[in-house]
Amino acid sequence: MAPIFVYVVHKAGVPDDSAAELLAAAGRIDSAQSPVAVVTGWGTELDAVCNTLAASCREVWKIAAETLAYPNAELVRKALAAVVPRGSIILVAHSHFGVDLAPGLSIRMDAAYVPDVVEIDSADRAALKLVRQEFGGQVSTHVRCDLSGGAVIGIRPGAFKPLSGAPAGGQVVDKSAAVGPLAAGRRYLETVVAETGDVDITKHQVLVSIGRGIQGEENVAIAEELAEAMGAAVSCSRPVVDAKWMEKSRQVGSSGKTVKPKVYMACGISGSFQHLAGLKGNPFIVAINKNPKAPIFRVADVGIVSDILEFLPQLTNRVREECTVPAKGGRS
Amino acid sequence: MEILVCAKRVPDTSENEIELDRAGTGIESDELVYSINEPDNYAVEEALQLVDRAGGSVTVATVGSEDDEEILRREMAMGAHNAVLLSDEAFEGSDGRGTAAVLKAFVGKGKYDLILTGVQADDGAAQVGGMLAAMLDYPFAALVNSIEVLDGGKLKIAREIEGGNREVSEIDLPCVLSIQTGINEPRYVGMRGIRQVASREIPTYDSSDLGIDPDTVGEAAAKVKRLDYFIPALGKGAEMLEGSPEEIAGKLVELLKVKGGLN
Repeated sequence: MAPIFVYVVHKAGVPDDSAAELLAAAGRIDSAQSPVAVVTGWGTELDAVCNTLAASCREVWKIAAETLAYPNAELVRKALAAVVPRGSIILVAHSHFGVDLAPGLSIRMDAAYVPDVVEIDSADRAALKLVRQEFGGQVSTHVRCDLSGGAVIGIRPGAFKPLSGAPAGGQVVDKSAAVGPLAAGRRYLETVVAETGDVDITKHQVLVSIGRGIQGEENVAIAEELAEAMGAAVSCSRPVVDAKWMEKSRQVGSSGKTVKPKVYMACGISGSFQHLAGLKGNPFIVAINKNPKAPIFRVADVGIVSDILEFLPQLTNRVREECTVPAKGGRS
Repeated sequence: MEILVCAKRVPDTSENEIELDRAGTGIESDELVYSINEPDNYAVEEALQLVDRAGGSVTVATVGSEDDEEILRREMAMGAHNAVLLSDEAFEGSDGRGTAAVLKAFVGKGKYDLILTGVQADDGAAQVGGMLAAMLDYPFAALVNSIEVLDGGKLKIAREIEGGNREVSEIDLPCVLSIQTGINEPRYVGMRGIRQVASREIPTYDSSDLGIDPDTVGEAAAKVKRLDYFIPALGKGAEMLEGSPEEIAGKLVELLKVKGGLN
Protein backbone atom coordinates (compact mmCIF):
# COMPACT_ATOMS: atom_id res chain seq x y z
CA MET A 1 0.00 0.00 0.00
CA ALA A 2 1.17 3.50 -0.82
CA PRO A 3 2.26 5.64 2.14
CA ILE A 4 -0.59 7.73 3.59
CA PHE A 5 -0.26 11.40 4.50
CA VAL A 6 -2.90 13.48 6.24
CA TYR A 7 -2.84 17.24 5.79
CA VAL A 8 -3.90 18.91 9.03
CA VAL A 9 -5.39 22.40 9.16
CA HIS A 10 -5.19 24.32 12.41
CA LYS A 11 -6.11 27.55 14.08
CA ALA A 12 -4.54 29.39 17.01
CA GLY A 13 -2.10 26.57 17.66
CA VAL A 14 -4.76 23.83 17.82
CA PRO A 15 -5.34 21.12 15.17
CA ASP A 16 -8.80 21.19 13.58
CA ASP A 17 -11.30 18.51 14.65
CA SER A 18 -10.94 17.04 11.18
CA ALA A 19 -7.39 15.87 11.98
CA ALA A 20 -8.59 12.95 14.11
CA GLU A 21 -11.20 12.11 11.47
CA LEU A 22 -8.55 12.00 8.73
CA LEU A 23 -6.43 9.69 10.89
CA ALA A 24 -9.47 7.44 11.35
CA ALA A 25 -10.04 7.37 7.57
CA ALA A 26 -6.36 6.57 7.03
CA GLY A 27 -6.76 3.63 9.39
CA ARG A 28 -9.67 2.37 7.32
CA ILE A 29 -7.49 2.43 4.20
CA ASP A 30 -4.54 0.65 5.79
CA SER A 31 -4.59 -0.18 9.47
CA ALA A 32 -1.04 -1.57 9.25
CA GLN A 33 0.67 1.75 8.65
CA SER A 34 0.97 4.83 10.77
CA PRO A 35 0.07 7.80 8.59
CA VAL A 36 2.28 10.86 8.47
CA ALA A 37 0.66 14.14 9.50
CA VAL A 38 1.75 17.13 7.42
CA VAL A 39 1.34 20.62 8.82
CA THR A 40 2.15 23.98 7.26
CA GLY A 41 2.39 27.30 9.06
CA TRP A 42 4.77 29.50 10.96
CA GLY A 43 6.11 30.25 14.40
CA THR A 44 5.09 29.01 17.83
CA GLU A 45 1.54 28.19 16.73
CA LEU A 46 2.88 25.72 14.18
CA ASP A 47 5.18 24.15 16.77
CA ALA A 48 2.27 23.78 19.20
CA VAL A 49 0.19 22.01 16.53
CA CYS A 50 3.06 19.67 15.63
CA ASN A 51 3.67 18.75 19.26
CA THR A 52 -0.02 18.03 19.82
CA LEU A 53 -0.14 15.81 16.73
CA ALA A 54 3.00 13.93 17.75
CA ALA A 55 0.96 12.45 20.60
CA SER A 56 -1.28 10.61 18.11
CA CYS A 57 0.97 10.22 15.03
CA ARG A 58 4.26 8.35 14.71
CA GLU A 59 5.61 11.08 12.44
CA VAL A 60 4.69 14.73 11.90
CA TRP A 61 6.14 16.61 8.97
CA LYS A 62 6.44 20.30 9.68
CA ILE A 63 6.68 22.85 6.87
CA ALA A 64 7.48 26.25 8.32
CA ALA A 65 7.54 29.42 6.24
CA GLU A 66 6.48 32.95 7.08
CA THR A 67 4.47 33.04 3.84
CA LEU A 68 2.46 30.08 5.18
CA ALA A 69 1.43 31.89 8.38
CA TYR A 70 -1.98 32.34 6.73
CA PRO A 71 -3.13 29.16 4.93
CA ASN A 72 -3.32 30.40 1.35
CA ALA A 73 -4.22 27.23 -0.56
CA GLU A 74 -2.18 28.36 -3.56
CA LEU A 75 0.98 28.34 -1.45
CA VAL A 76 0.10 25.27 0.61
CA ARG A 77 -0.42 23.29 -2.61
CA LYS A 78 3.08 24.16 -3.81
CA ALA A 79 4.58 23.29 -0.44
CA LEU A 80 2.87 19.90 -0.32
CA ALA A 81 3.81 19.07 -3.90
CA ALA A 82 7.43 19.84 -3.03
CA VAL A 83 7.53 17.58 0.00
CA VAL A 84 5.14 14.64 -0.35
CA PRO A 85 6.52 11.80 -2.51
CA ARG A 86 4.71 11.00 -5.77
CA GLY A 87 2.51 7.94 -5.55
CA SER A 88 1.34 8.70 -1.99
CA ILE A 89 -2.22 8.84 -0.73
CA ILE A 90 -2.97 12.30 0.68
CA LEU A 91 -6.06 12.81 2.82
CA VAL A 92 -7.53 16.30 3.25
CA ALA A 93 -10.77 17.48 4.81
CA HIS A 94 -13.42 18.30 2.20
CA SER A 95 -13.97 21.75 3.69
CA HIS A 96 -13.89 25.32 2.42
CA PHE A 97 -10.14 24.99 2.48
CA GLY A 98 -10.04 21.48 1.03
CA VAL A 99 -12.00 22.32 -2.11
CA ASP A 100 -9.64 25.25 -2.65
CA LEU A 101 -6.53 23.13 -2.22
CA ALA A 102 -7.14 19.56 -3.29
CA PRO A 103 -8.26 19.43 -6.97
CA GLY A 104 -5.18 21.31 -8.11
CA LEU A 105 -2.98 19.30 -5.75
CA SER A 106 -4.06 16.09 -7.50
CA ILE A 107 -2.95 17.55 -10.83
CA ARG A 108 0.40 18.67 -9.40
CA MET A 109 0.90 15.21 -7.86
CA ASP A 110 -0.34 13.52 -11.06
CA ALA A 111 -2.64 11.56 -8.78
CA ALA A 112 -6.29 10.53 -8.85
CA TYR A 113 -8.74 12.74 -6.94
CA VAL A 114 -11.88 11.68 -5.12
CA PRO A 115 -13.63 14.47 -3.22
CA ASP A 116 -16.15 14.34 -0.38
CA VAL A 117 -15.71 10.68 0.59
CA VAL A 118 -18.07 9.45 3.32
CA GLU A 119 -16.90 5.85 3.68
CA ILE A 120 -14.01 3.56 2.76
CA ASP A 121 -15.55 0.34 1.40
CA SER A 122 -12.31 -1.54 0.71
CA ALA A 123 -8.69 -0.92 -0.19
CA ASP A 124 -5.86 -2.85 -1.78
CA ARG A 125 -2.59 -1.97 -3.45
CA ALA A 126 -4.20 -1.26 -6.81
CA ALA A 127 -7.30 0.70 -5.89
CA LEU A 128 -9.62 2.12 -3.27
CA LYS A 129 -13.35 1.46 -3.31
CA LEU A 130 -14.94 4.53 -1.79
CA VAL A 131 -18.45 5.77 -1.06
CA ARG A 132 -19.64 9.22 -2.12
CA GLN A 133 -23.02 10.88 -2.39
CA GLU A 134 -24.59 12.67 -5.32
CA PHE A 135 -27.66 14.81 -5.95
CA GLY A 136 -27.47 16.49 -2.55
CA GLY A 137 -27.30 13.16 -0.73
CA GLN A 138 -30.33 11.58 -2.42
CA VAL A 139 -28.23 8.69 -3.76
CA SER A 140 -24.85 7.19 -2.92
CA THR A 141 -22.25 5.74 -5.26
CA HIS A 142 -19.32 3.37 -5.03
CA VAL A 143 -16.29 4.85 -6.70
CA ARG A 144 -13.15 3.03 -7.77
CA CYS A 145 -9.99 5.08 -7.39
CA ASP A 146 -6.89 3.83 -9.20
CA LEU A 147 -3.80 4.10 -7.00
CA SER A 148 -1.14 3.65 -9.67
CA GLY A 149 -0.17 7.32 -9.43
CA GLY A 150 -1.28 7.86 -5.84
CA ALA A 151 -4.41 9.68 -4.82
CA VAL A 152 -5.72 12.80 -3.17
CA ILE A 153 -8.83 11.96 -1.15
CA GLY A 154 -11.21 14.57 0.29
CA ILE A 155 -12.85 13.31 3.49
CA ARG A 156 -16.26 14.70 4.43
CA PRO A 157 -16.08 16.40 7.84
CA GLY A 158 -17.99 14.39 10.42
CA ALA A 159 -18.14 11.19 8.36
CA PHE A 160 -15.42 9.29 10.23
CA LYS A 161 -15.43 8.75 13.98
CA PRO A 162 -12.08 9.58 15.58
CA LEU A 163 -10.26 6.59 17.06
CA SER A 164 -8.94 6.64 20.57
CA GLY A 165 -5.52 5.29 19.74
CA ALA A 166 -2.64 4.59 22.07
CA PRO A 167 -0.18 7.48 22.56
CA ALA A 168 2.19 7.43 19.58
CA GLY A 169 5.10 9.33 21.03
CA GLY A 170 5.81 10.53 17.52
CA GLN A 171 8.60 12.73 16.27
CA VAL A 172 8.39 16.03 14.45
CA VAL A 173 10.45 16.14 11.25
CA ASP A 174 11.23 19.57 9.84
CA LYS A 175 10.77 19.45 6.05
CA SER A 176 10.89 23.23 5.53
CA ALA A 177 14.19 23.13 3.69
CA ALA A 178 12.68 21.01 0.90
CA VAL A 179 10.29 23.86 0.06
CA GLY A 180 11.79 26.69 -1.93
CA PRO A 181 10.64 30.30 -1.79
CA LEU A 182 6.85 30.40 -2.12
CA ALA A 183 4.94 32.92 -4.20
CA ALA A 184 1.52 32.77 -5.82
CA GLY A 185 -0.74 34.80 -8.08
CA ARG A 186 -3.22 35.02 -5.24
CA ARG A 187 -2.42 37.06 -2.14
CA TYR A 188 -4.45 37.02 1.08
CA LEU A 189 -5.60 40.44 2.24
CA GLU A 190 -8.05 40.07 5.14
CA THR A 191 -10.91 38.10 6.64
CA VAL A 192 -14.25 39.86 6.91
CA VAL A 193 -16.28 38.43 9.79
CA ALA A 194 -19.95 37.69 9.15
CA GLU A 195 -22.53 40.01 10.67
CA THR A 196 -24.78 38.78 13.45
CA GLY A 197 -27.97 40.40 12.19
CA ASP A 198 -31.15 41.35 14.02
CA VAL A 199 -31.88 37.88 15.44
CA ASP A 200 -29.12 35.68 16.86
CA ILE A 201 -30.30 32.19 15.90
CA THR A 202 -27.48 30.59 17.89
CA LYS A 203 -29.19 31.73 21.11
CA HIS A 204 -32.56 30.09 20.46
CA GLN A 205 -33.79 26.78 21.88
CA VAL A 206 -36.37 26.23 19.14
CA LEU A 207 -35.83 27.01 15.47
CA VAL A 208 -38.34 26.95 12.64
CA SER A 209 -35.96 26.56 9.74
CA ILE A 210 -37.04 27.02 6.14
CA GLY A 211 -35.49 25.81 2.90
CA ARG A 212 -36.17 25.94 -0.80
CA GLY A 213 -39.67 24.54 -0.14
CA ILE A 214 -40.82 27.96 1.10
CA GLN A 215 -40.78 28.87 -2.61
CA GLY A 216 -40.90 32.65 -2.29
CA GLU A 217 -40.20 35.62 -0.06
CA GLU A 218 -43.91 36.22 0.36
CA ASN A 219 -44.24 32.84 2.11
CA VAL A 220 -41.63 33.53 4.78
CA ALA A 221 -44.43 35.02 6.90
CA ILE A 222 -45.95 31.52 7.19
CA ALA A 223 -42.84 30.36 9.02
CA GLU A 224 -42.69 33.54 11.10
CA GLU A 225 -46.25 32.98 12.29
CA LEU A 226 -45.46 29.42 13.35
CA ALA A 227 -42.28 30.57 15.08
CA GLU A 228 -44.18 33.26 16.95
CA ALA A 229 -46.78 30.76 18.10
CA MET A 230 -44.07 28.34 19.25
CA GLY A 231 -41.85 30.97 20.86
CA ALA A 232 -39.16 30.14 18.31
CA ALA A 233 -36.95 32.00 15.85
CA VAL A 234 -36.86 31.51 12.07
CA SER A 235 -33.65 30.23 10.53
CA CYS A 236 -33.04 28.91 7.03
CA SER A 237 -30.87 26.93 4.65
CA ARG A 238 -28.62 28.24 1.92
CA PRO A 239 -31.06 28.49 -1.03
CA VAL A 240 -33.24 30.90 0.98
CA VAL A 241 -30.26 33.22 1.48
CA ASP A 242 -29.10 32.84 -2.13
CA ALA A 243 -32.56 33.94 -3.26
CA LYS A 244 -32.32 36.92 -0.84
CA TRP A 245 -35.50 35.89 0.99
CA MET A 246 -33.70 36.02 4.34
CA GLU A 247 -30.51 37.56 5.70
CA LYS A 248 -27.26 35.56 5.67
CA SER A 249 -27.21 35.79 9.48
CA ARG A 250 -30.22 33.42 9.59
CA GLN A 251 -28.46 30.65 7.66
CA VAL A 252 -27.67 27.36 9.40
CA GLY A 253 -24.79 25.38 7.93
CA SER A 254 -21.06 25.13 7.39
CA SER A 255 -21.04 28.47 5.60
CA GLY A 256 -23.59 29.95 8.01
CA LYS A 257 -24.20 29.66 11.73
CA THR A 258 -23.68 26.64 13.94
CA VAL A 259 -26.74 26.23 16.15
CA LYS A 260 -27.54 24.00 19.14
CA PRO A 261 -31.30 24.18 19.63
CA LYS A 262 -33.39 21.70 21.60
CA VAL A 263 -35.91 21.42 18.77
CA TYR A 264 -35.23 21.99 15.06
CA MET A 265 -38.13 22.18 12.63
CA ALA A 266 -36.65 21.55 9.16
CA CYS A 267 -39.35 22.85 6.82
CA GLY A 268 -38.83 22.28 3.11
CA ILE A 269 -35.13 21.60 3.72
CA SER A 270 -33.61 18.67 1.82
CA GLY A 271 -30.79 18.18 4.33
CA SER A 272 -27.46 18.58 2.54
CA PHE A 273 -24.41 17.72 4.62
CA GLN A 274 -23.32 21.34 4.51
CA HIS A 275 -26.61 22.29 6.18
CA LEU A 276 -26.49 19.50 8.76
CA ALA A 277 -22.91 20.47 9.63
CA GLY A 278 -24.35 23.57 11.28
CA LEU A 279 -26.68 21.58 13.51
CA LYS A 280 -25.03 20.47 16.74
CA GLY A 281 -26.05 19.23 20.17
CA ASN A 282 -28.32 16.41 18.96
CA PRO A 283 -31.60 18.36 18.76
CA PHE A 284 -35.03 16.80 18.28
CA ILE A 285 -35.44 17.20 14.51
CA VAL A 286 -38.83 17.44 12.83
CA ALA A 287 -38.60 17.22 9.03
CA ILE A 288 -41.44 18.40 6.84
CA ASN A 289 -40.82 17.91 3.12
CA LYS A 290 -42.95 16.99 0.17
CA ASN A 291 -40.20 14.77 -1.27
CA PRO A 292 -40.31 11.47 0.66
CA LYS A 293 -36.77 10.75 -0.60
CA ALA A 294 -35.29 13.92 0.92
CA PRO A 295 -32.12 13.05 2.88
CA ILE A 296 -33.40 15.06 5.85
CA PHE A 297 -35.71 12.15 6.71
CA ARG A 298 -32.65 9.99 7.38
CA VAL A 299 -31.49 12.20 10.20
CA ALA A 300 -34.81 13.50 11.53
CA ASP A 301 -36.57 12.09 14.58
CA VAL A 302 -40.01 12.76 13.17
CA GLY A 303 -40.93 13.11 9.50
CA ILE A 304 -43.99 14.48 7.74
CA VAL A 305 -44.40 14.19 3.98
CA SER A 306 -46.26 17.35 3.12
CA ASP A 307 -46.03 20.68 1.35
CA ILE A 308 -44.97 23.14 4.02
CA LEU A 309 -47.06 25.90 2.47
CA GLU A 310 -50.16 23.86 3.32
CA PHE A 311 -49.01 22.18 6.51
CA LEU A 312 -47.34 25.00 8.44
CA PRO A 313 -50.48 27.20 8.70
CA GLN A 314 -52.42 24.21 10.02
CA LEU A 315 -49.71 23.51 12.54
CA THR A 316 -49.68 27.16 13.57
CA ASN A 317 -53.41 27.03 14.28
CA ARG A 318 -53.03 23.85 16.30
CA VAL A 319 -50.16 25.34 18.32
CA ARG A 320 -52.16 28.48 19.01
CA GLU A 321 -55.09 26.41 20.27
CA GLU A 322 -52.73 24.50 22.50
CA CYS A 323 -51.00 27.52 23.89
CA THR A 324 -54.10 29.54 24.58
CA VAL A 325 -54.91 28.69 28.16
CA PRO A 326 -58.65 28.02 28.26
CA ALA A 327 -60.44 30.58 30.37
CA LYS A 328 -61.24 28.79 33.59
CA GLY A 329 -64.53 29.45 35.22
CA GLY A 330 -63.96 30.92 38.64
CA ARG A 331 -64.84 28.69 41.52
CA SER A 332 -67.94 29.94 43.06
CA MET B 1 -12.29 41.20 -20.40
CA GLU B 2 -12.73 37.90 -22.22
CA ILE B 3 -14.51 35.46 -19.93
CA LEU B 4 -15.10 31.75 -20.35
CA VAL B 5 -17.76 30.08 -18.21
CA CYS B 6 -17.74 26.29 -17.96
CA ALA B 7 -21.28 25.00 -17.47
CA LYS B 8 -23.03 21.67 -17.10
CA ARG B 9 -26.54 20.37 -17.71
CA VAL B 10 -27.77 18.38 -14.72
CA PRO B 11 -30.97 16.78 -13.45
CA ASP B 12 -32.79 19.49 -11.54
CA THR B 13 -33.01 18.12 -8.00
CA SER B 14 -35.62 20.69 -7.02
CA GLU B 15 -37.88 19.21 -9.72
CA ASN B 16 -36.97 15.53 -9.41
CA GLU B 17 -36.92 12.72 -6.93
CA ILE B 18 -33.77 10.85 -7.91
CA GLU B 19 -34.53 7.14 -8.08
CA LEU B 20 -32.62 4.04 -9.02
CA ASP B 21 -33.37 2.29 -12.31
CA ARG B 22 -34.75 -1.26 -12.50
CA ALA B 23 -31.29 -2.77 -12.42
CA GLY B 24 -30.73 -0.93 -9.15
CA THR B 25 -27.31 0.38 -10.12
CA GLY B 26 -28.11 3.42 -12.26
CA ILE B 27 -30.34 6.48 -12.10
CA GLU B 28 -33.83 6.25 -13.58
CA SER B 29 -33.47 8.85 -16.30
CA ASP B 30 -36.73 8.59 -18.26
CA GLU B 31 -38.64 11.38 -16.57
CA LEU B 32 -35.84 13.55 -15.28
CA VAL B 33 -36.15 17.28 -15.80
CA TYR B 34 -32.80 18.81 -16.70
CA SER B 35 -31.58 22.34 -16.28
CA ILE B 36 -28.33 24.25 -16.09
CA ASN B 37 -26.40 23.48 -12.92
CA GLU B 38 -27.54 26.29 -10.63
CA PRO B 39 -24.09 27.54 -9.53
CA ASP B 40 -23.07 27.70 -13.22
CA ASN B 41 -25.98 30.05 -13.84
CA TYR B 42 -24.64 32.36 -11.12
CA ALA B 43 -21.24 32.16 -12.83
CA VAL B 44 -22.73 33.25 -16.16
CA GLU B 45 -24.58 36.13 -14.50
CA GLU B 46 -21.37 37.24 -12.78
CA ALA B 47 -19.51 37.11 -16.09
CA LEU B 48 -22.22 39.22 -17.76
CA GLN B 49 -22.06 41.81 -14.98
CA LEU B 50 -18.25 41.96 -15.19
CA VAL B 51 -18.42 42.52 -18.95
CA ASP B 52 -21.06 45.22 -18.41
CA ARG B 53 -18.57 47.05 -16.21
CA ALA B 54 -15.24 46.23 -17.89
CA GLY B 55 -16.19 45.42 -21.49
CA GLY B 56 -15.37 42.23 -23.36
CA SER B 57 -17.41 39.14 -24.04
CA VAL B 58 -18.73 35.99 -22.39
CA THR B 59 -18.35 32.51 -23.86
CA VAL B 60 -20.13 29.53 -22.30
CA ALA B 61 -18.68 26.07 -22.90
CA THR B 62 -19.94 22.65 -21.94
CA VAL B 63 -18.47 19.19 -22.33
CA GLY B 64 -21.33 16.96 -23.39
CA SER B 65 -23.66 16.04 -26.19
CA GLU B 66 -26.30 17.66 -28.41
CA ASP B 67 -28.79 17.36 -25.56
CA ASP B 68 -26.73 19.92 -23.68
CA GLU B 69 -27.29 22.61 -26.30
CA GLU B 70 -30.46 23.62 -24.45
CA ILE B 71 -28.50 25.04 -21.53
CA LEU B 72 -26.11 26.83 -23.91
CA ARG B 73 -29.10 28.47 -25.61
CA ARG B 74 -30.53 29.40 -22.26
CA GLU B 75 -27.30 31.14 -21.27
CA MET B 76 -27.14 32.90 -24.65
CA ALA B 77 -30.67 34.12 -24.01
CA MET B 78 -29.34 35.49 -20.73
CA GLY B 79 -26.80 37.47 -22.70
CA ALA B 80 -23.76 35.24 -23.23
CA HIS B 81 -22.13 36.28 -26.50
CA ASN B 82 -20.88 32.86 -27.59
CA ALA B 83 -21.51 29.26 -26.72
CA VAL B 84 -19.56 26.15 -27.66
CA LEU B 85 -20.18 22.46 -27.30
CA LEU B 86 -17.16 20.23 -26.67
CA SER B 87 -18.40 16.85 -27.77
CA ASP B 88 -16.83 13.57 -28.78
CA GLU B 89 -17.52 9.93 -28.00
CA ALA B 90 -13.97 9.84 -26.71
CA PHE B 91 -14.93 12.29 -23.91
CA GLU B 92 -17.65 10.04 -22.51
CA GLY B 93 -16.97 8.56 -19.10
CA SER B 94 -14.32 11.15 -18.32
CA ASP B 95 -13.50 11.70 -14.66
CA GLY B 96 -12.98 15.25 -13.38
CA ARG B 97 -9.45 15.24 -14.71
CA GLY B 98 -10.61 14.18 -18.17
CA THR B 99 -13.23 16.93 -18.27
CA ALA B 100 -10.65 19.48 -17.14
CA ALA B 101 -8.27 18.24 -19.87
CA VAL B 102 -10.94 18.83 -22.55
CA LEU B 103 -11.59 22.33 -21.22
CA LYS B 104 -7.86 23.04 -21.06
CA ALA B 105 -7.54 22.16 -24.74
CA PHE B 106 -10.39 24.53 -25.57
CA VAL B 107 -8.87 27.34 -23.49
CA GLY B 108 -5.71 26.88 -25.54
CA LYS B 109 -7.67 27.66 -28.73
CA GLY B 110 -8.55 31.16 -27.53
CA LYS B 111 -7.43 33.87 -25.16
CA TYR B 112 -9.37 34.26 -21.94
CA ASP B 113 -8.60 36.60 -19.07
CA LEU B 114 -10.94 34.90 -16.66
CA ILE B 115 -12.42 31.43 -16.45
CA LEU B 116 -15.41 30.78 -14.20
CA THR B 117 -17.10 27.58 -13.11
CA GLY B 118 -19.96 26.96 -10.70
CA VAL B 119 -18.82 25.85 -7.27
CA GLN B 120 -20.04 22.30 -7.82
CA ALA B 121 -22.49 20.28 -9.89
CA ASP B 122 -24.86 17.35 -9.30
CA ASP B 123 -22.03 15.03 -8.26
CA GLY B 124 -20.93 17.44 -5.52
CA ALA B 125 -17.31 17.05 -6.52
CA ALA B 126 -16.28 20.71 -6.86
CA GLN B 127 -13.20 19.65 -8.78
CA VAL B 128 -13.01 20.71 -12.43
CA GLY B 129 -12.15 24.39 -11.87
CA GLY B 130 -9.26 23.68 -9.53
CA MET B 131 -7.92 20.99 -11.85
CA LEU B 132 -8.20 23.22 -14.90
CA ALA B 133 -6.31 26.01 -13.13
CA ALA B 134 -3.51 23.64 -12.14
CA MET B 135 -3.27 22.29 -15.71
CA LEU B 136 -3.04 25.86 -17.06
CA ASP B 137 -0.79 26.95 -14.18
CA TYR B 138 -3.23 29.80 -13.46
CA PRO B 139 -4.08 30.96 -9.94
CA PHE B 140 -7.35 29.57 -8.58
CA ALA B 141 -9.88 30.36 -5.89
CA ALA B 142 -12.87 28.27 -4.84
CA LEU B 143 -16.20 29.43 -3.39
CA VAL B 144 -15.89 32.98 -4.66
CA ASN B 145 -18.76 35.24 -3.59
CA SER B 146 -17.60 38.63 -4.81
CA ILE B 147 -15.41 39.95 -7.61
CA GLU B 148 -14.10 43.46 -8.08
CA VAL B 149 -11.93 44.41 -11.06
CA LEU B 150 -8.72 46.20 -10.08
CA ASP B 151 -6.26 48.02 -12.33
CA GLY B 152 -3.19 46.22 -13.56
CA GLY B 153 -4.67 42.86 -14.56
CA LYS B 154 -5.88 41.90 -11.09
CA LEU B 155 -9.12 41.16 -9.28
CA LYS B 156 -10.12 41.60 -5.67
CA ILE B 157 -12.13 38.56 -4.69
CA ALA B 158 -13.78 37.14 -1.59
CA ARG B 159 -14.12 33.45 -0.80
CA GLU B 160 -16.84 32.13 1.45
CA ILE B 161 -15.24 30.35 4.40
CA GLU B 162 -16.55 28.83 7.63
CA GLY B 163 -19.30 30.58 9.54
CA GLY B 164 -20.16 32.81 6.59
CA ASN B 165 -16.90 34.75 7.02
CA ARG B 166 -15.26 36.05 3.86
CA GLU B 167 -11.60 35.62 2.95
CA VAL B 168 -10.53 38.56 0.79
CA SER B 169 -7.62 38.19 -1.63
CA GLU B 170 -6.07 39.77 -4.66
CA ILE B 171 -5.61 37.47 -7.65
CA ASP B 172 -3.75 37.94 -10.92
CA LEU B 173 -5.38 37.47 -14.30
CA PRO B 174 -5.65 35.12 -16.06
CA CYS B 175 -7.16 32.98 -13.34
CA VAL B 176 -9.87 30.41 -12.66
CA LEU B 177 -12.58 31.04 -10.06
CA SER B 178 -15.31 28.72 -8.83
CA ILE B 179 -18.43 30.77 -8.13
CA GLN B 180 -20.59 30.27 -5.06
CA THR B 181 -24.37 30.60 -5.30
CA GLY B 182 -25.82 33.84 -3.98
CA ILE B 183 -23.02 36.01 -5.44
CA ASN B 184 -25.64 37.85 -7.52
CA GLU B 185 -29.24 37.58 -8.65
CA PRO B 186 -29.29 35.78 -12.00
CA ARG B 187 -31.56 37.49 -14.48
CA TYR B 188 -34.78 35.87 -15.56
CA VAL B 189 -34.87 34.13 -18.92
CA GLY B 190 -38.25 33.88 -20.59
CA MET B 191 -39.41 31.68 -23.44
CA ARG B 192 -39.25 34.68 -25.72
CA GLY B 193 -35.57 35.17 -25.02
CA ILE B 194 -34.86 31.53 -25.74
CA ARG B 195 -36.82 31.69 -29.02
CA GLN B 196 -34.68 34.64 -30.09
CA VAL B 197 -31.50 32.54 -29.90
CA ALA B 198 -33.11 29.34 -31.19
CA SER B 199 -31.47 29.61 -34.58
CA ARG B 200 -28.04 30.72 -33.39
CA GLU B 201 -25.39 28.27 -34.44
CA ILE B 202 -23.46 26.55 -31.66
CA PRO B 203 -20.00 25.49 -32.82
CA THR B 204 -18.98 21.96 -31.81
CA TYR B 205 -15.41 20.92 -31.16
CA ASP B 206 -14.35 17.28 -31.14
CA SER B 207 -11.08 15.70 -30.06
CA SER B 208 -9.31 16.38 -33.35
CA ASP B 209 -10.48 20.03 -33.39
CA LEU B 210 -9.04 20.38 -29.91
CA GLY B 211 -5.89 18.37 -30.58
CA ILE B 212 -6.70 15.88 -27.84
CA ASP B 213 -5.35 12.35 -27.94
CA PRO B 214 -8.55 10.33 -27.37
CA ASP B 215 -6.64 7.88 -25.18
CA THR B 216 -5.92 10.58 -22.60
CA VAL B 217 -9.58 11.35 -21.83
CA GLY B 218 -12.83 9.45 -21.46
CA GLU B 219 -13.54 6.25 -19.63
CA ALA B 220 -10.33 4.46 -20.62
CA ALA B 221 -8.14 7.16 -19.11
CA ALA B 222 -10.28 7.76 -16.03
CA LYS B 223 -8.52 6.99 -12.77
CA VAL B 224 -11.76 7.51 -10.90
CA LYS B 225 -14.80 5.50 -11.96
CA ARG B 226 -18.31 5.37 -10.57
CA LEU B 227 -19.21 1.70 -10.13
CA ASP B 228 -22.89 2.01 -9.25
CA TYR B 229 -25.56 4.03 -7.54
CA PHE B 230 -27.31 2.85 -4.42
CA ILE B 231 -29.68 4.20 -1.81
CA PRO B 232 -27.82 4.71 1.46
CA ALA B 233 -28.90 2.62 4.42
CA LEU B 234 -31.61 4.46 6.28
CA GLY B 235 -30.07 4.34 9.76
CA LYS B 236 -32.80 4.61 12.32
CA GLY B 237 -34.68 7.04 10.10
CA ALA B 238 -37.50 9.32 11.09
CA GLU B 239 -40.75 8.19 12.66
CA MET B 240 -43.16 9.18 9.91
CA LEU B 241 -46.37 10.80 11.08
CA GLU B 242 -49.37 9.83 9.01
CA GLY B 243 -53.03 10.66 8.84
CA SER B 244 -55.02 13.73 7.87
CA PRO B 245 -53.17 17.06 8.16
CA GLU B 246 -55.23 17.83 11.29
CA GLU B 247 -54.29 14.52 12.86
CA ILE B 248 -50.63 14.98 12.00
CA ALA B 249 -50.61 18.50 13.42
CA GLY B 250 -52.20 17.16 16.62
CA LYS B 251 -49.63 14.37 16.99
CA LEU B 252 -46.79 16.76 16.31
CA VAL B 253 -47.96 19.26 18.90
CA GLU B 254 -48.05 16.51 21.52
CA LEU B 255 -44.48 15.52 20.62
CA LEU B 256 -43.30 19.12 20.65
CA LYS B 257 -44.76 19.64 24.12
CA VAL B 258 -42.71 16.69 25.42
CA LYS B 259 -39.52 17.82 23.68
CA GLY B 260 -39.68 21.43 24.81
CA GLY B 261 -40.66 22.80 21.42
CA LEU B 262 -43.50 24.97 22.67
CA ASN B 263 -42.55 27.92 24.81
